[in-house]
Amino acid sequence: MAAKTIISRPIYGTLSPQPGKHHLFIADAEGALAITDMAGKAPPGFFDGAEIVFIPGPEGKHAVALEALKPAQLHIAPSFASLLPRLKHTLTNAHMGLRLYLAGTEGLIGQAMQVALEAGIDNTSIETEHRGSLARRVQCVHCKGITENVTTQPATCSHCGLLLLVRDHYSRRLAAFQGVCINAEDRSESPPIEEAFP
Amino acid sequence: MGITFRKETFRDDYTFRNSPEHIRRFPFPFNEDSYMYAVNIEPHVVGPKGSVLENLIDVDEHYVAEMQDRALVLAEDPLRCQSLPHMTLAGWDLLELLMEQQALGYPEHFTLERSGDRWRWINGPLGIDDTFTFGDTSTLPYGPMEYITRQSQGDFCILDQRDGNLWMDAGMVTTQADWSLDFDIGMNFFEWHAPVPLAHEKGIFTRALKFLTNIQQGKPARRLNWTMTINPRLDTSPENYHKWGPDRATVTPENVGQKVHLRVELQSFWRLPRSNAIVFPIRCYLIKMDELVTQPKWARRLHRVIRDLPEELAAYKGLTRYRPTLVEWLSGLDDGSPTSPGFGPD
Repeated sequence: MAAKTIISRPIYGTLSPQPGKHHLFIADAEGALAITDMAGKAPPGFFDGAEIVFIPGPEGKHAVALEALKPAQLHIAPSFASLLPRLKHTLTNAHMGLRLYLAGTEGLIGQAMQVALEAGIDNTSIETEHRGSLARRVQCVHCKGITENVTTQPATCSHCGLLLLVRDHYSRRLAAFQGVCINAEDRSESPPIEEAFP
Repeated sequence: MGITFRKETFRDDYTFRNSPEHIRRFPFPFNEDSYMYAVNIEPHVVGPKGSVLENLIDVDEHYVAEMQDRALVLAEDPLRCQSLPHMTLAGWDLLELLMEQQALGYPEHFTLERSGDRWRWINGPLGIDDTFTFGDTSTLPYGPMEYITRQSQGDFCILDQRDGNLWMDAGMVTTQADWSLDFDIGMNFFEWHAPVPLAHEKGIFTRALKFLTNIQQGKPARRLNWTMTINPRLDTSPENYHKWGPDRATVTPENVGQKVHLRVELQSFWRLPRSNAIVFPIRCYLIKMDELVTQPKWARRLHRVIRDLPEELAAYKGLTRYRPTLVEWLSGLDDGSPTSPGFGPD
């Protein structure tokens, strides 16, 4: 996590078992390890009422470890976009007492939280834990396009091509950091591009 | 006698000017020779005749041109005006407030007739005469907030109050100093102010929030904020930063007086009666350096303020690139003599 931060930037915690009968986990890649770590602290039978939705990501690991927790349901999805209709359905029809746990990359946590907020779930009631890549989802303030998996500072907007300063300013509603043209005042300036969010 | 509305532009050929009377009523934001953030909030009460505080909602000679510029911005980018679904009632509250205040302050230009829920609004300068049912959105050509803020100078943010915080849940923002409503909508008070340097550490926002959440109906408050803009451009949005940003590199010793503008925001805060929301009008006043320095006290003081501004603040306000040129130009108008206390010109 970045050393210097600002207030709109989300703060993530460590997953911990919450009271209740219904638990929904959404994780990607190394986020699975946050769930298996938490499992050690969970009371017996905890996963009998749990659904785990997992996006393995490019490395394709950790699904077996999640299976070993014997959740009531384990759903493997190839991407967040493919998961979206199911997730919207689940959250819209959720029991009052459903507990939500999000673990993995910031992009995954942010987008899942966005769906949860739209379903009327209060963000402070959601357990989150960041694991894995620091890559950011960035909204270009100019063209409004969102660029996924941004790892560099500055970064090129994948829609309009402007070179963007990736700010720490974050919108939960958009599940994105703000990108603002870094050389707007003099387009001939080309600041060095560094790997900032590996 | 009413206001003579200027025909002028805030883009392209930039014909915006202040008349001599408007120069003297400019809300100069510095009451001493230096500047640092402070919780400079005071009751928003009527001020001296001829000042921008003569009426609580100020209408001036730039009204018609500003409304035309707003319409152009909205045509290009409708996302500058947004209202989350639960904010419609607050929009009606705002419509009532602005119609009442404009009709009260400028009866020669604006008329509000009410018969129960049946309202008639006549806006002379913009040639509008509409009859509608208060509370029934289908009787207006836009939602209530958009309708009335297309006819009112300044940006408007409507803040919902819940959980001890204020939430930026609706707004009309076309003349902003570099912040995005589209990005910030739905954020709470601390979140949307997150990028402001230095002020969080000073506890400014904690104290300001406490004050704002306690604002009572009928007792509005206000504060001044400021920045600088190259060319009299109202739409200095981040959305269009790549279009106006290059202007900052065009300042030369020869054109400072015409190009560099002090941009002052008169921000006021009002409790709305039905929704319990807070409306936060941000009224923008522009003055070019050539106009400002016709008041020698302002020239001397502005020189000292800009020269001594902490670098972090200068960067946040976007002055870095042209500050040396501006300070050098202003220094020629500062003989080092003392300035009188207070904001006004001598």
